[in-house]
This record gives sequence, C-alpha cells and structure tokens, in this order.
Amino acid sequence: MTVLLAFTAAMLFGLGTWLLLQRRLTRIVVGLGLIGHGTNILLLTSGGGGGRPPVIGKSDKSEFADPLPQALALTAIVITFGVTAFLLSMAYRSWQLTHDDVVADDLEDRMISRRRRDSDVADVEAADLERQSDSAGDDE
Amino acid sequence: MFVLLLIHLLIGVAILMSGDRLGRRAFAVASLAPAVTVGWAATQWGRVVGDPAALDADGHGIGGDPVRESVGWISGIDLDLHLRFDAFALVMTLLVSGIGVLVCVYAIGYFSHIAPGQSRLAGLMTLFAGAMLGIVWADHLIALFVAWELTSITSYLLIGNDDRNPRARAAALQAIFITGSGGLVLLAGLIIVGQSAGTYRLSEMVDSPPSSGALSAGLICVLLGAFTKSAQAPFGSWLPGAMVAPTPISAYLHSATMVKAGVYLVARLSPILATTGQWRVLVLVVGSATMIIGGLRALRQRDLKLLLAYGTVSQLGFMMLLFGTGEYKIAQAGIVLLLAHGAFKATLFMIVGIIDHQVGTRHIRELHGFGPGWMAIKVMAVIAAASMAGLPPLLGFVSKEKALDTYLEYGDFVGSTAVLVVIVVGSILTFAYSARFVLGVFGVHGAADNENVTLDATPPPLVFWTPAMVLTVVTVVVGLAPVFISDLSKSALLALDSGSTPSKVKLWAGFNTAFFLSAGIIAVGAVMAVMRRSVARLQTSASQPLRKLLSTDDAFVLTIRGIDAVAKRVTRSVQTGSLPGYLLVILGVVVTVPVIPMLSELDTLPDWIENPAHIPIVAVIIGSAIGATLVRRRIAAVIMLGAVGFAMAGLYEVQGAPDLALTQFAIETLGTVLFVLVLRFLPTRFVDLSPAVVRPLRLTVSALVGAAIFVFAVVSSTARTDVPQESISVEMVERAKPDGEGKNVVNVILVDFRGVDTMGEITVLAVAAVGAVALARSGRRSDDTDDDDASASGAGPEPASSSTPSVGASS
Repeated sequence: MTVLLAFTAAMLFGLGTWLLLQRRLTRIVVGLGLIGHGTNILLLTSGGGGGRPPVIGKSDKSEFADPLPQALALTAIVITFGVTAFLLSMAYRSWQLTHDDVVADDLEDRMISRRRRDSDVADVEAADLERQSDSAGDDE
Repeated sequence: MFVLLLIHLLIGVAILMSGDRLGRRAFAVASLAPAVTVGWAATQWGRVVGDPAALDADGHGIGGDPVRESVGWISGIDLDLHLRFDAFALVMTLLVSGIGVLVCVYAIGYFSHIAPGQSRLAGLMTLFAGAMLGIVWADHLIALFVAWELTSITSYLLIGNDDRNPRARAAALQAIFITGSGGLVLLAGLIIVGQSAGTYRLSEMVDSPPSSGALSAGLICVLLGAFTKSAQAPFGSWLPGAMVAPTPISAYLHSATMVKAGVYLVARLSPILATTGQWRVLVLVVGSATMIIGGLRALRQRDLKLLLAYGTVSQLGFMMLLFGTGEYKIAQAGIVLLLAHGAFKATLFMIVGIIDHQVGTRHIRELHGFGPGWMAIKVMAVIAAASMAGLPPLLGFVSKEKALDTYLEYGDFVGSTAVLVVIVVGSILTFAYSARFVLGVFGVHGAADNENVTLDATPPPLVFWTPAMVLTVVTVVVGLAPVFISDLSKSALLALDSGSTPSKVKLWAGFNTAFFLSAGIIAVGAVMAVMRRSVARLQTSASQPLRKLLSTDDAFVLTIRGIDAVAKRVTRSVQTGSLPGYLLVILGVVVTVPVIPMLSELDTLPDWIENPAHIPIVAVIIGSAIGATLVRRRIAAVIMLGAVGFAMAGLYEVQGAPDLALTQFAIETLGTVLFVLVLRFLPTRFVDLSPAVVRPLRLTVSALVGAAIFVFAVVSSTARTDVPQESISVEMVERAKPDGEGKNVVNVILVDFRGVDTMGEITVLAVAAVGAVALARSGRRSDDTDDDDASASGAGPEPASSSTPSVGASS
C-alpha cells in the first residue's frame, strides 16, 4: 500500500458516498460501482506490493504477488457485478412503474410513526377494564 | 422414558394434524399418552420407592433406586438428554399423568357440543403433558429449561385457543409475557448455577454444591423464574387471567400441573441452595405475601372459577413456604400438600366446570342451589372444599397438620415464627374462602330472582362427574389411611435430600400443638364464614386505599404501555423511511466507531509511490470518478464509470494480477452494455430533486468517509505483523501444484482451496440473476397497457410519451 493508492481508494469511496446519498437510482448504482472499485484496491494492496503474476513456472516464487488477496478481489468483482445487474433491473422496473428512477421515502414507515394505538395493547386494555369490573367491589 | 415423551409428541401432533375430524374423540385419544405413562409409573413404583425404612451405615435413609436414561446428543459439551425418575419425580408424574387421564375423560363430557378448533385443545394438552414430564424427569438444567419453555408456549396456545375472543388473546399474551420473561431470567440463573457447580446434572449437584461470587445473582434469577411460573406475588396476575381458558385446561395446567413447576424447581434446589445467599429469605417473603394476598383476593371473588384461581395462588405460596426452607422435614409436608392439592383443587375445578356447563353460569349470585339429581356433585364439592380447608379426616388435613407440626418442631431459622403465623393466617383465609365456595354452590349467595334457572338445571351425566369422583375417593381414602402415601412421601423426600430421615405421615398425631392450631384455624375460619357480611364490609373499606398498590394487573398494563411508547418513540426517530437517511447513519457509524481509535495508530506514512506506472492509471481513475460524479447526462456518467473500470484493469495488470485484469475487462464491458440497455428507457439527464440529505451534510459525510478510508488503508498496511514468509499465501503457493494440480495459484485458490467460497459466490450470482430476470419481465401496472405494447415489441425506442415530460423538465 502506498500513499498514492490509499488516496485513490479514499477518493473512490468519497465520491461513491456522495452519489450514494442521492435519490436517483442510476446515480446510486454508479456510486456503488465506484465504492466497489475502491474496495478492490484495498483488498489487492492488503497483500503488500505488486509482483510477478503468481503462475508457477513463469517466474520465481519469491517474486510472486500475493495470490490470496487476488482471489478475494476476483470474488468481489463478480459479486459487485451481480449487485449492479440487480440494481439496474430495479431501475428498469422503477421506470416501468413510475417512469422515473427515484428512490422515494417509504410511506409505510412514515405511517407507522404516526399510528396512535397498537392492536395488542388495545386487547390488553380492553380485557383489563373488563376484569376490573368483574372483580371490583363485593357482593353482600 | 424417552419413548414415553415421544409418545406424547406423536399423539399430540397427530391430533393437531387431524384438525376437527376427531371431534370429542380427540380427548379420548389424548388420554392414551398419560394413561400409558401412569401404567409405566405403576410398574416402576416398587423400584423407585424402595424401602424408605432401610438405613445405610451412617444411619441415613437409602430410599429407592431411580430409573435413569440418557440419550446422547452433543456429549462433547455435556448436552445430552439425561432423564431421571426418582420418587419425587413419581409424585409429580402422578399429578401430571394421573390427573391428565382424568381431565381428558372429563373433557369428553365438558365438550359435549364441540366447536371448531376445540379438538385442537386435546393435541396441545398432550404436548403440554409431555413437556411437563420433561421438566419433572430432566436431570440436566438445560433440558429442564427447554421443557419449561415448552410448557409456557403450550400454555399460551391453550389459553388463547379461542382466538376470536379478545379477552383470551389478552390473557394469553399476559401469561406468555410474564412466564416468558421469567423463563429468560431463569436461563441466565441456571447457567450461573450450573457453571459455578461445575455440572448441569441435578443429581450430581448434591455432591458438588455450587459456589462462586456470581452465585447469589444466579439464585435470584432462578427464583424469579420459579416465581413467575408459579404465579407468586407480584407476578401472579396472569393466573387469574388464564381462567378464560376452558375449565379442563384450567383444572389441568393452571391448578394441578404447570403452576407447580416453579414449586418443583424450588423443591429440587432448596436442599442444595437454601442456606446459600438470599435464597431462603426471598422464598419465604415472597411465599408469605403470595399466600396472604391470594387468600384475601379469593375471599372477594364472585366468580367461582376466579375464587379457585386465587385460592391456587395462595396454596402455591404455601408450598413455597414448605419447600423453600431447605429443612427436609418441612419439605415432606410439602410433598403431601402437592398430592392433596392436586386431588382437591382438580375436583373443585371440575365441579365448577360441570355447573358452568349445565347451568350456563358460575357466578355465585346467579346460583340458587340445585335439585335432587345433583346430590353427588354437592357431596363432592363439600368433601373437596373441606379438604382444602383442612378438615379431618381428609388428605388436606393430613398435609396441613404435617406442615404445622414440622414448622413447630424444625423451624429454627430466622423468621420461622413469623412464617408460622403467616401459615396460620393463610389457613384461616383458606377455610373462609372454602366456605364461600361451598355456600356459593349451595346457592346461599344467590340474589332473589330467576331461582328456577338452577333448581331445574339438568343433572350432569355420569361420565361427566366420574373423574371428580375418583379424585374425591382419593382425598377421602388417603386421608383416612395416609399409609398409602407414607412410603411414597418418605422416598420422595430421600430423593430430594439423601441425608434426611423422613417421618411417618399420620392422620392422627395426638393432642399436640399442631392439633390445637388446626382447631383454632377451623374455629376462626368458621366464625369468618358465619360473619361473612361484616368481614366483607371490613375488607372492602380496608382494601380501598390498598387497591392501587396491590393490583399487579395495573403494573402489567403499565409495563406493556410503557414498552409500547418507548418502541414507538424509537421507531419514529430511527425509522424515518428515507433510504439516504439510513445510509447516513450507517456511514456515520463506519466513520466514527472503527476509525477514530485507528487515528492513534497513524504515526508513519508508507512509501508515497511504488511504481511510476501507477501515476497515469490513478490519474485516469480519479479523473473519471470525478467526472462520473459531476456529469448531468446519464450516459456520460456510465461511460465515466466504465473508464474507471478499465483503468482498474490496468492497475491489476501492473500489480501482477492478470486474472483480475481479465475479469475486470470482461465484467466492465458486460456492465456497460447492461447500463446502456436500461438507460435507453430512462431520461437522458438527471433532474434535480429535493435532496434527501442537505448538500453540506452530504459533502461532510462523503469527505469524512474518504478520510476514514485513507486512515484505514494506511494503518492496516502498516499493522501487518506476521512475516510474509509465514503467511497463509506462501503455503498456498507451495501446495498449488501438488494438491491442486494447477499452475495458476489464483485459480487453484478459487476452485480448490476456497471452493466453498466460490460456490457461495455462484449462488449469489444465481440469486441476483433470478431477481433481475423476475424484475425485468414482470408485467407492468394494468393501467399502462399502451406502454406495455411498446415494450413487448422488443428493443424499440423509448416511448416518447413517457420520456418527453421529464426531459423537458430537466432542460
């Protein structure tokens, strides 16, 4: 890891975050792509500096780049692609439904925060009132 | 024994699966499981009771020979199912399965016109009976806990079976809330006790009593669990509420069996723990309060079933007083009381159920005495209530005499005299509410209208009251001849406390102090019954100021309401419904929590640059990324992102990772194609919206995230301590050829060394692909038929009608 590559990863994350905090699904996908690239830089350089490709017989083993972070980064690249594809199909679906790709606020959540009473509590309270009237007072 | 538990499970599940097809016969099927258990217990009787008179070399009783059984599960961490059937377990099994059979028979009469869903009760009852046997037979604290929770759950389902009745739902909720939270506390307590004892086996704990600093906390937790289950003050409010369940359920779970689980646990642990920490003080204070409060409240009830429920609460407190002292002589009285209470309380519940079923009410003001056909019921009511009140020569009298006698003789610990006074006062109250019950059944409390309702009521059929008859016979016969249970109670005591020397259980012990106390109790109780009007007036005026204090129902409702209010406030502030808002919180945590501690590690910067080839590549990456962020045309943003990706491929190549470079190339190409496919439909430019997060905040968070990543990258690269030659990668390189038969180490890692990981990756891709296809192909809203046609024609241009307005708005 060098300062230059650390700075590059930091830039990718910063710009990706900026995009991620917007309402456009397209921009969110682009932001996610940038963050994915930043992560790959972090992964790759976590194994130390570069080296010769880790292929046995092509060069001396002591000159190899660390193969394990490469394997992890490879997995990450593919997974990022999967996520991107999924988000893009969501953007497409969103366009189908609303002719736009805005990530709107969740109305359900807003409604929940405005609800006054919960049905379970209503049950308890109703039964409690009944029971009090049952056992209250004496009979004789 | 394990087979018996399985039988309960199978029969229970079979009944549940049969739905309503069995009808009333479900209860006949359900009675099979407890009947088999009773039969098995009878064959083991001689073995587990043994000869309690036999003494070992030290003069201690030997007792019976417990039946043991173990089913292996995870022996490595001592998680096996250990079952142990000793004489005390036999006592409890008699209650669980004996009364279980009778209640099932009784239920056949009770549910004469069965409603849909009621045969479900039979299946749940069978499952409950199995779980209850699990508690009683378990010789391992964790197994005991699991069975304990199963009884809570089945009890919840049984109380709330009539799910259209809001009272049943509320009562079930209250019961599971109280016993469930008690169960969680119990688990913590059992683990503390088990850890400090070094064993989770109850049978081994006697020899290695637990001791550690945390033990007193563990004891309190265990007791809280036991108190909630056995409806002790102040956790008793759920038991009267549970009376909303059908009477067979109340008779079985909420008087004879489940509520005694807490008593059972206290009985098992008291010989080991009573003198440790606060055990004895807690049990005696709580038991005393429960016995008195339960008695006082029983005296005020007009509903016969509620009267019995509060009476049960009071008697459970009594049992706690007998078992919780750790004095084995007193515990023997508790064993007798367990049996006596099971017999008379189940009888009384059955009688209330019969009255309720035949007359349609169990309210004492609406009962006016019964016609001649009801003779048997009346006799049984009098006998069972007399046993409850402690009148000779019944089983209840035997147990109460034994309790008073042993307390007088062996209660030599602090506060034993006060507890004795509590027992006497509680017994007087018990006599008074027993009298109230009998007078209620005979119609003395009835208001003067509609008398014919009860006088003309049809007497119940024989099968309906036979089970109560059996229990009444037990009450009388065993009361007259306690020798039947003398050996059983002795051996049960030896099973609880092997160092004890149990005494004989007698009906008549002579004119001792206990006898005169009993006589006094009966006399005062009788006076209270005669002067019931004045007593009631006194109680009403005295309890008015106390009502708020003593009402635990209020406490429960307040607790629920409080939790609900807090939850609502938390939800309102945390769950705003805005995705960027959530992200802001997540990123904020990422930036602050792990990164701030890292700042102290940031002392040396690594090399500025490793390879001059990095400079142009990084310039392209950062430049394109800035471009992708700032451009306002969608397609431009995507192309910029693609540029970042291709530059990344170059970086991989330079770093010596050709596989990554290849993959990145392929994926980036494919990704750009995908983007373009989707972007065809979307407006070409981004339109400014009201921002989800205000601009300065967004800028700050983005900058902070970037800074945090920089710190993380620098610190983590210098934090690596192991020598590169010993890292796992070195071995992977070494073994790639011989083990993986491949020259490309990265490939070998992916498909061999970390093959499962790759399998997971493929699965993720498959799921994403399925999701993407489903989203892309699912139909549109039905009102968009025009657009549907347009897209059905395939890769046509984007419909002008839909995109024009937004493009116009953006420009």
